[in-house]
Order: sequence, then structure tokens, then C-alpha cells
Amino acid sequence: MRIACPFCGPRENGEFSYLGDAKPKRPGPDAGEEAVYDYVYLRDNVAGEMEEFWYHGGGCRSWLKVRRNTVTHEIFSVEAAAGAGAAKAAS
Amino acid sequence: MSAGGQTHRLASGGLIDRGKPLGFSFDGQTMSGYAGDTLASALIANGVKLVGRSFKYHRPRGILTAGSEEPNALVELRSGARREPNTRATTVELYDGLVAASQNRWPSLSFDLLSVNQLAAPIFVAGFYYKTFMWPGALWEKFYEPLIRRAAGLGRAAPESDPDHYEKAWAHCDVLVAGGGPAGLAAALAAGRAGARVILCEEDATLGGRLLSDGGTIDSMPAADWVARAVEELGAMPDVRIMTRTTVTSAFDHGTHAALERVNDHVPVPPEHQPRQRLWRIVAKRTVVAAGALERPVVFGGNDVPGVMLASAVRTYINRYAAAPAKRLALFTNNDDGWKTVDAALASGLTIAGVVDARAEVSAGQRALASKHGFAVLNGVVDHVDGGKAGTGKIAVALAGGATATLEADGLAVSGGWNPSVGLTSQHRGRPKWRDDIAAFVPDGGPVGMVAAGSANGVFSLAGCLKEGHAAGAAAAADLGFGNSAGAAPSSDDDATYALKPVWHVKGKKKAFVDFQNDVTASDVALAALEGFQSVEHLKRYTTLGMATDQGKTSNTQGLAIMAELTGRSIPETGTTIYRPPYVPVAIGALAGHHRDENFHSVRLTPSHHWAAEQGAVFVDTGLWKRAQWYPKKGEKDWLESVTREVKAVRSGVGFCDVSTLGKIDVHGPDAGAFLDRVYINTFSSLAVGKARYGLMLREDGIVYDDGTTSRLAEDHYFLTTTTAKAGPVMQHLEFCRQILFPELDVQLASVSDQWAQFSIAGPKVRDLLKEIVDPSEDLSNEGFPFMAVREVLLRGGVKARLFRISFSGEMAFEISVPARFGDALVRKLMTAGEKFGVTPYGTEALGVMRVEKGHVAGPELNGMTTAADLGLGKMMSTKKDFIGRVMAGREALVAPDRMVVVGIKPVDQSRRLRSGAHIIKKGEVPSPDTDGGYVTSVCFSPTFDQWLGLGLVTHGRERIGEIAVAHDPLRGEDYEVELCNPVFYDPEGGRQRG
Repeated sequence: MRIACPFCGPRENGEFSYLGDAKPKRPGPDAGEEAVYDYVYLRDNVAGEMEEFWYHGGGCRSWLKVRRNTVTHEIFSVEAAAGAGAAKAAS
Repeated sequence: MSAGGQTHRLASGGLIDRGKPLGFSFDGQTMSGYAGDTLASALIANGVKLVGRSFKYHRPRGILTAGSEEPNALVELRSGARREPNTRATTVELYDGLVAASQNRWPSLSFDLLSVNQLAAPIFVAGFYYKTFMWPGALWEKFYEPLIRRAAGLGRAAPESDPDHYEKAWAHCDVLVAGGGPAGLAAALAAGRAGARVILCEEDATLGGRLLSDGGTIDSMPAADWVARAVEELGAMPDVRIMTRTTVTSAFDHGTHAALERVNDHVPVPPEHQPRQRLWRIVAKRTVVAAGALERPVVFGGNDVPGVMLASAVRTYINRYAAAPAKRLALFTNNDDGWKTVDAALASGLTIAGVVDARAEVSAGQRALASKHGFAVLNGVVDHVDGGKAGTGKIAVALAGGATATLEADGLAVSGGWNPSVGLTSQHRGRPKWRDDIAAFVPDGGPVGMVAAGSANGVFSLAGCLKEGHAAGAAAAADLGFGNSAGAAPSSDDDATYALKPVWHVKGKKKAFVDFQNDVTASDVALAALEGFQSVEHLKRYTTLGMATDQGKTSNTQGLAIMAELTGRSIPETGTTIYRPPYVPVAIGALAGHHRDENFHSVRLTPSHHWAAEQGAVFVDTGLWKRAQWYPKKGEKDWLESVTREVKAVRSGVGFCDVSTLGKIDVHGPDAGAFLDRVYINTFSSLAVGKARYGLMLREDGIVYDDGTTSRLAEDHYFLTTTTAKAGPVMQHLEFCRQILFPELDVQLASVSDQWAQFSIAGPKVRDLLKEIVDPSEDLSNEGFPFMAVREVLLRGGVKARLFRISFSGEMAFEISVPARFGDALVRKLMTAGEKFGVTPYGTEALGVMRVEKGHVAGPELNGMTTAADLGLGKMMSTKKDFIGRVMAGREALVAPDRMVVVGIKPVDQSRRLRSGAHIIKKGEVPSPDTDGGYVTSVCFSPTFDQWLGLGLVTHGRERIGEIAVAHDPLRGEDYEVELCNPVFYDPEGGRQRG
């Protein structure tokens, strides 16, 4: 498989590590145990199109959100995580 | 077998170089051939018919094909350490001095005792592995399995390690063309002319494919001239690369392919610095599969007798290699293509004994040819062939009308039709589709960006192959936006339609083979059908049809057809098994490349490594690192003596240890403190600049992840350390936290593990030593440099270093950090400056002893199951902030009072050795999973206390301090009393490290 890293271009999958389902959002500090439990343990494992986290550890160390068909491995989009890339402008 | 010379070499013709004779040996017999021969063609030229023994029945076998699909002619190639089993004689290029031997026979190929297996044939039927040798079960491993393995086998691997080397390489292109026959050359020409970067891979050493065997006319010139011109044109294009002796074996996702290049298999020993084989990964935007088609045999009695050969192979040996597989040849065909073999044989002066054609009608031209050369054309099928190791004898023909006839020939060419090579196009689980008109499977789509062209796509005329290849190459280039003209398609007047009358199986009494390599007969397929193994995947596993080195390239379709008939289904309904890479066998050596022996994985060396090696240090692998484990001195009898000396030296004087392997991460930015507060259980935003603090990280599920000290070097700059093992994973975790969980924080991370050489210097005399190293202006006193202080200091000589007053040993200690390039100089300086203080380098063993004495937790306690509280660090968990793992750490089971927690453990009998892994049982209780009260995690022999000490995870441990329990070690058969105690054995008040 090849993933088109927004920073490095198309690279071979050996440079990346896989984390899985990109949908769950980390609950806020007061969300309670149930919500955190869901976040930590409940993952979708779709046969078909899903959003996944991949880490370009063998390249620019960016976390990427990859929309991919888990059956055909077709990749529809690759975007950098919100905090990836260059330093943020001072607010 | 006697070497009778090249009795079957034709007087003229062929693409061999008669000016370059080559000597070789087969089973010890010396023979000769010519440059341009394969081992198979040279054997044929030398009149050799018998080349191997079959897998189960040890039947005599000859050469069936002229390509990589060969099921029979497997030989051990070369000798000694370079001996390679199961090489196909049909693909081995002949070189001077080549040594080959037949396989799977004893004592000799001609007289093979195990051919008695044929008498026991009834027990070797389909599924015999599952049916026989079942009782008594105890005999399987020691008796039956070795017996079967000896009797049914392929070649022997060389006993020594392979002296040659293999390498791996990457290549990138716009258009990859797999196959250098007419379709492939036309595709490469079209794509190359259009301006695309093209790679053309051809399995053979020579380009041309079937043109090398069948000739023909292209663009009004002889095919060979056209090929030469095409190669010249391609060679002149700067972005076209032709790779011969290279098979595209695999199609992976997104245009990634594997291809095996046999760089030096055609010479006895690879030239210096050159690999034997090279495994390519080729990334292509488009792929044209022009891999051709494979002719298939027909299943009839004795169809495996040496001398029965595919018609196209006979033609190849005659036309390309000027070697006659037979002098009096018969042909059994069901299509016109087979008749080309008759033409080739007649043109070379060989005799045709007769043609058996399954079709009711043959052309007028074919009839005229027969009458001119005086051979019979029989409408019917071959019923069976007699013969044995000497070759074919009588050929019994069943005529269409029911009568029989007999032909006498020393060779039988067989054509059951052609199968397009659908391997590559089907590797992504795509199933090929059946075409009734050619009675064969053709590609039905394929991986994204891949198309098949020419006979790989079911087009069998030369004109059609050229046209389709050109169109595929042009379309691929145009699709990628290359606008130059693809030029005119090459043309040929050979546009005959290919038609056949399918014949799969001629039923009879004699053994009729479907799969030659696995000795699967038509009756095995019938038995599988009878016993319910009717799915093709079951058929394959039950009978082994289509397994092993040839993967059923010459057998699968016939097997399916027989199963289809038996079960009343059509062939497409019966379906094909799944196609998987690689298309041809790939040696493990090629897959490993340079990653073998000491290069199996990369190695990381500490900055003091070369110095430590000079001292004779013993190294231990920790992940990729080599770390000094201890430094033996002359006269020390074992590791324990060395380690004991090192520990004593540190506790009484001063010693140092390279700790550069710890993961080191720079955390920068205005929100660096806030960021660390969220990833550690304790607080770092409150840490004063110039101070270090021990930190503990949890996983989001509340279990401890990693620990280490983090220092604040500036308001917006922290320096974080991880354990050696978790350096990479923690970096990934922190990047995840930064980029995905907390993108609002203004913080950046940089891995600086390799940038710093870091040494722990410990012992009561540490300041004396440091004063020799750092500039006199630096204040190292307890007031000027208190415990947990961190500061940049100037070293004598002008190098700046970071100095951390932290201690893992429990002694007064500093860690000093210099840019990695100064590490070697620093360690040498420590030794010379410390000589007068008796400075002692210590390794990871002494480090481990002192951490156990001091009760520090490490890997065995941070085992992925323990909480902060289990480790005695529960109080570090801040209640004033959110952090990774906070909520889940509060779950009932993770705060249960009966959890196993870290305690110290020492044997009551002080002379006794404590062992890791021993279980802690209450005194008087019978050891069982119910009474198990934990286990010993870490042990050491403590020179300080002159006894073995350990740490353990023990249920209710903290309430049981002082209790005498039993260490139960069923693995070593030991039970002994131990005392549970405070884990901090050494200086529990911490006075020594605080100074």
C-alpha cells in the first residue's frame, strides 16, 4: 500500500503505523466513566470505507487521517491531523 | 546412463552459439551443450529423457515444458554450499562447469527402490495423509512423518549457509510491462514513444517470448529482426529500462509490484560484490501484463511417461535450441496451433509418426502435408501411452468411430489448448472469467491500473497480440497525460483465429495424471468428488492438486474440468482457487536480501561503545541497542564477580554508566508545561526552571505506560526522558496527544535521543571526579547544585554540557550530557581523570542490582498490567487536573484493595538464591491458582547486603510487610521461605543521594 502523506508525498506503507478508527473523540474531563470507557474500548471495524489514523513515523512524524476502503485498500483522502505540521501562529 | 554425446542435437539452426561449447554434468555424467542452451535443452540434445522421479510414486519423469511452469524437471543445481534444490531445468541457463543432480530417488535415478510405492498406490490416494498412519498416534512424530518425508519429497537444501548474497532494490515508473514477447514489446514501444517512463521485465534472458520459438513475420521482416529493431528503439529511449531474467511475481496495492531478477544464476559464482539475485519492488502508475499463455496437457493413461511433452515445448526445443526431443514424433492435439510442431519437426528433418486430432475436420493443407510426408491423421484421442524411463513406447489411439489404432514414436507432443497467464491479474482476489470459445479463463479486470494484453488476455494470433499490446501501452501513457505519438502498431499477417475442441480427460484403466508435480491422478479427483470435497479449494487441499513449486500451472484447468464433469456443473460454476503471489517461487534468500546474520536488523551503538569494546565489555542486546552489560577484569571467574566489584566500587567510591539509550525528547513552546500536565499523572507546569522531576505516564486505560525524569531547562523548554524500550512508542504517543488530542496547545516535540551522550556518574566521590571534568567556576556543592537540580555547565576545554543531579542507584549521583560527538572523548576523560579515585565503569547488570537495592521499579514491574498505586506511586496522581488515563485508572478493579503491589522480598535463609518467577504462597497453604499470592518480578545478588534480594508483586503486599511466606517455584522444583519487606532496601531515608 502507498499513502500520500500531505507533507512527504506518496510513501510506502512500511513507513507508517496504523492506529485504527479515527472517529472516537476523547471526552472532556467531566464526561464521566461511561463516555471514557466507550472512547477507550469501543471501535468500529468496518468492512468498507472508514476513517483511520496512520502515523508517519518513518517520515515526518505526522498523524494522518486516512479515508480508506478496508476491503479494497482504495484510499480516498489523506489529511494531516489538526496539530500536525509547522508550529501554530501565535494567537 | 552413458554420455553418448549430443545425439539429439540438430545439425543446424537454433539460437545457440555453436562456437561456444559448454561442459556440464548431470548425476555425475559429463555432457556438453552450447551457449544459449538451458539445462533442459542441453539434456534433450544429449538424448536424456529421464530427469526425475515423481513425488509420491517415484515414477520416471521427463521434461514436460520449456518454461517456468515446469512440474517435472526439478533438479538440484550446483554443489556444496551453493546447492539449490527444486530448480527447474527448463529455466536454468547452461554455463560451463554446471553441476546438476536429479532429486527424490534412491539409490539412483535409473534404479529407484522407492518406485515400489507404485505397488502401494491404493494407500497413496487423495487425502492419504488424513486416512493412513493414524494409529497408534504416538508413532506419528517419530516414525510415520520422517518416513513419509523421506519417501515423498523434493530436493535437499544445502547443509551450509549460502555464501552468496542477495539484495533488494526499488524502482519507479509510469508504465510497467510484464513480459517481453510481441505484446509486451509493442506495449513498451507505444508507452515509451508517448513519453512515459517504462520498465519492461522479461523472465527469459532474451526478449521475444514465443517469437523465439515460433518465428513469424512482423512489419514485413522476420520476427527476430523486428525484435532486434524494437530493442534498439527502446534502448535509445532515455526513460525506458529493459530488465531481462526478471519475473514480475506479485502485484500489491497501489501499483507496487515484486519482481525477481536472477542477476547471476547463469554463472557458477557471482562476480565479486554482485548479488546472485535481486528482489525488486517496482512502483508503477499503470501495468500492462503481457505474460503470455501456457499450453496445457491432456489427462490420459501414461501421460507422464518421459517423452510426452507439450507441443509448444517440442517446438521451442527444435526451433530455439536445435535439440530434438524425439526423432520420430507423434502429435496429439485439439487445435491448429499444435500442428505448428509438425511443421517445425518436418523442417528439421524429423519424422512424424502420426497426428491424433480430436477435431473431426482438419484443413486441406494439413491433409496435404500428411500425405506428402506419409503420416496418418487420426480423428480421435490418445487412449494411453506405454513406456517408462527409456521413453514412450506404443501410443494407443481411440478413434472417433470406436475403433483403435496404434502409433510407434519415441516422443509424443501434446496440445490441449492454451491458458492465458491470469496469475498477476488475479492476485487481488479477482476471479478470472471463463471464455467458452477458447475454453480457458481470461482476466476479468484486475488490480487498479493493471490491464492484460495479448495472449495473457486470450488473444492468440500474432497480429492480435501486437495490436492489443500497442493499444494497451498507448492507452496507459495517454491516461497518464503523455501526449507524444505512440507511433503505428506493429503489424503481422498472422491473424488466424484460434479454435479448439476441448479435451480434458480420456478415461481409461491406466494412471492418468492431472498434476504431475504432486502425483494427483484423475481417480484422485474422482475420489475427492465422491467424498464430498467438491469445492475447488477443498479439492486442492484434499488432493494437493495445484500445490508446490508450479502451483498447478499445467494442471489446474484439467482438474477443474474433471471435477465439473463429475459434479454436473460447468467449469465456471466450479470456479478457480484463489491466486496468490508470488507467480513463481522466490528463494528465502532473495526475500531476506542483506538482512541476515549480523545484518538481520540494524544495530545502534552507544557513544561509548568503541571505548567499551576496547575494555572488553560484555554487551547485551536491548532492542536495537548494544549496551555494556559488565566489564570483566582479568582473573574474574564469572559475571557475578565482575558485577559485584562494580557495585561495590560505586557504593564506596565512584563509577559511571552510559545511559544514552534512554529516549530523549525536547518539548518546546509556551504550552509545554500544560502539555506535560496532560500526559503525566503528576504536574510539570509547576516545576521550577533548573529542576528535574520523576514522571509517570499512563495509557488511556489507566495502566502504567512509561516513566522517566523530565527537566525544565527554560520557561518554554522541557527535556523529557523515557525508558530505553519505550523511546519510539512514547514519541509516537506524545505526537498523537499533541496533534490529535490537544491540537490547541502550542507545543512542539523533537526526538533528541541520538543527539546526546549521557552518562550517570555515581558514588560518594562523584564530586571529586566531576571537579576534574567541569570548569572550576561551576559550583557543585549541595547548596550550589542541590538534589534534582539541572543546569548547563562549562567543561574544562570549553564544551558545554548539561548536568542533572538525579540518582537511580541511590548514591550521590549526577547525569552528564554532552553532544553525542563528544561522548567518546568524555568517557576517556572520565577514566583518566578518575584514575586516582578508582573510577569504575559499570554496566547494565550493576545498574540493575543497584536499582533493586534501591527499590526502583523497571521493566519487570512496568509490565502493562500494573497501576501507579500497584507500583507504590499512587500518591503521584494529581487530583487537580485531567491527564491521560485518569478516568480509567479509577475503575473499581484498578483500585481494588486485593491488587498485587510491589514489595521487597528476601530469602529467610540468607545463603539462598532468589529466583524471578517464583510464586508467593501464604505459609501453610497448598500452592494452587486459588492460593497464589503474587510472584517475584526482579532479583539480584546484592553485594551491599551480601544476599539475594528481589522485588515482587504481592496481593495485599503493603499490609504484609514483615510476613514470612513461601516462594513456590514449580518450574525449578523449589520451595523456600521468604520475608516480605519494604522494597527500598538501601538507604530508605535517601540521605546518600541528597547528600
